[in-house]
Amino acid sequence: MKDETLRKSNETDAALTASESEMQDISDLKDIRLAVEHCSVRVDNGMDDTKEILTDANLAVKPGDFITVLGGNGAGKSTLFNVIAGGIRPTTGRVLMNGEDVTSTSQETRAKYIARVFQDPKMGTAPRMTVAENLLLATRRGQPRRFKMREMAANHERFYELCKGIGNGLEEHLDTPAGNLSGGQRQALSLIMATITKPDLLLLDEHTAALDPKTSKQLMAITASTINEQHLTCLMITHRLDDALKYGNRLIVLQKGQIVRDLNAEEKKKLTMSDLLEFFEDGF
Amino acid sequence: MIISSIGQGMLWSMLGLGIFMTYRILGFPDMTTEGSFPLGGAVCVAAITMGVNPFLATLLGVLTGMCAGLVTGLLYTKGKIPVVLAGILVMSALNSVMLFVMKSPNLSLLNLPKIQDVFLPLNLPENYDTVFIGLLAVTIVIGLMSLFFNTEFGQAYIATGDNESMAKSLGIHTERMTNVGLMLSNGLIALSGALISQHDGYADVSKGVGTIVIGLSSIIIGEVLFGELSFFQRMLATVVGSIIYQLLILLVIRLGFDTTYLKFFSAVVLSLCMLIPQFKRALHLTTGFEKYFKKDDTVMSSGKANA
Ligand SMILES: Nc1ncnc2c1ncn2[C@@H]1O[C@H](COP(=O)(O)OP(=O)(O)O)[C@@H](O)[C@H]1O
Ligand SMILES: [Mg+2]
Repeated sequence: MKDETLRKSNETDAALTASESEMQDISDLKDIRLAVEHCSVRVDNGMDDTKEILTDANLAVKPGDFITVLGGNGAGKSTLFNVIAGGIRPTTGRVLMNGEDVTSTSQETRAKYIARVFQDPKMGTAPRMTVAENLLLATRRGQPRRFKMREMAANHERFYELCKGIGNGLEEHLDTPAGNLSGGQRQALSLIMATITKPDLLLLDEHTAALDPKTSKQLMAITASTINEQHLTCLMITHRLDDALKYGNRLIVLQKGQIVRDLNAEEKKKLTMSDLLEFFEDGF
Repeated sequence: MIISSIGQGMLWSMLGLGIFMTYRILGFPDMTTEGSFPLGGAVCVAAITMGVNPFLATLLGVLTGMCAGLVTGLLYTKGKIPVVLAGILVMSALNSVMLFVMKSPNLSLLNLPKIQDVFLPLNLPENYDTVFIGLLAVTIVIGLMSLFFNTEFGQAYIATGDNESMAKSLGIHTERMTNVGLMLSNGLIALSGALISQHDGYADVSKGVGTIVIGLSSIIIGEVLFGELSFFQRMLATVVGSIIYQLLILLVIRLGFDTTYLKFFSAVVLSLCMLIPQFKRALHLTTGFEKYFKKDDTVMSSGKANA
């Protein structure tokens, strides 16, 4: 009798743990900010020939992750970002944002969740519009553009403070066309625009690469503090190995269109510069 | 005569402002212009001959112009036809549309009401009714355009032309913006056509020929004269440019040129205006020529050394 009850309770226990772990799985799925599942991208390169520029990419990004992405030129890093942001539709596989399948949605629709900063300072800002106008555009990221007067005056103060926080004199140029700014100022502006409405996911594609070393370092410091303060979820492509080591809680390495390494925080901490250089030994 | 040219310049400036919406903001020339301009006139005049009130007839002209713009937009954004070709297709098709609407290549408004008749009770001196209609139209259109550009939508529209990939990444539906832009632009162009037809007293299928040159000229004359301007000022400059263009035409006629060759003259004027930046650059280079030459020299000598 006693035995039986014990066995029964054991059974229920087992059943409970099973259902519990199942529950865990489901909540895990919801807990995942971005999931890239078996994504491949094949492109035609003219003469009946296809080339695979991304091969079976898998990636699960949790809220608060700050992932640095490494890889040589042409490794497929930007392609991966384009797949995530909707600029390229993967040939196979799917992309999920907050558990929702967004594979077939446009880049414009995904702007609601995803903000990007590119390598080229010209890419992220409208050159003939002023700094303040650019910022105002960004405050309505992913929202409908209404036939309603823009609220420039009401936002001017806030923009001034935001730009002042960067510390490169951007606040003095609120009414200057963005095209007249220096490269560093333009990238700083792009960064503020990307983070002014807290995005679910921030994609930084070598955003410091076009700047001189000093400006690049400044922008990287600002980037890191913004990500920390706002608890942003971020993927950052970088070609600077020291930045890749210093920042982020996770590191992935791409090679020939494949994610060949995915290191967690622990593994990343143990990583040294020579380890990183080893990643690049073969393949380039 | 000068008063008449000023008035006509204002009526034509709607054309310049319409082209401004596409050429200067979205950054492409819209060939639909040469069809939507006479279309506005044709629809307006045809409606008046059927007894429609001239205001309403003008509005009808504007609406058909907007439809034409939408067709070009859809061919371009959804059909992926290059925008210049899409415009030419619509322009060409509109020829038949106008013949269908008017049942003949031209249609007169003789002894029929026109929009400028509202000023009849004022007993204005000759041609002043055109100036008043022009002033009214310019005020309303520039007022509405200023409002539009200051809305969230208008800002998104400007951003689409300024940096399309950025606009997309901010969630702006750039294709929709392009379509709306082409509609508004061709609506304005058709308004110009409707007003000019009522001023001239007839509509004609062939009136569109060369209109894109006239519109671009008014924009560029304004820019050449005034240089760096705010958005609002640029629209005013286009109106001034349009008036100056009409005065130039008047001058050419007064000088006794054969009006048969007017289009040639127009094209030359526009070409010259558009060449001004190149001339400036060339002049600039000449001033810094010495430095340039030296640099070249070192390149050459180092090349020799290598050889
Ligand atoms: N649209 C495209 N069509 C054809 N090939 C492409 C396209 N986009 C990228 N590629 C190729 O795919 C490879 C990966 O590109 P990319 O993702 O930009 O590399 P990176 O890691 O330097 O950002 C490169 O060889 C590039 O030439
Ligand atoms: Mg890249």
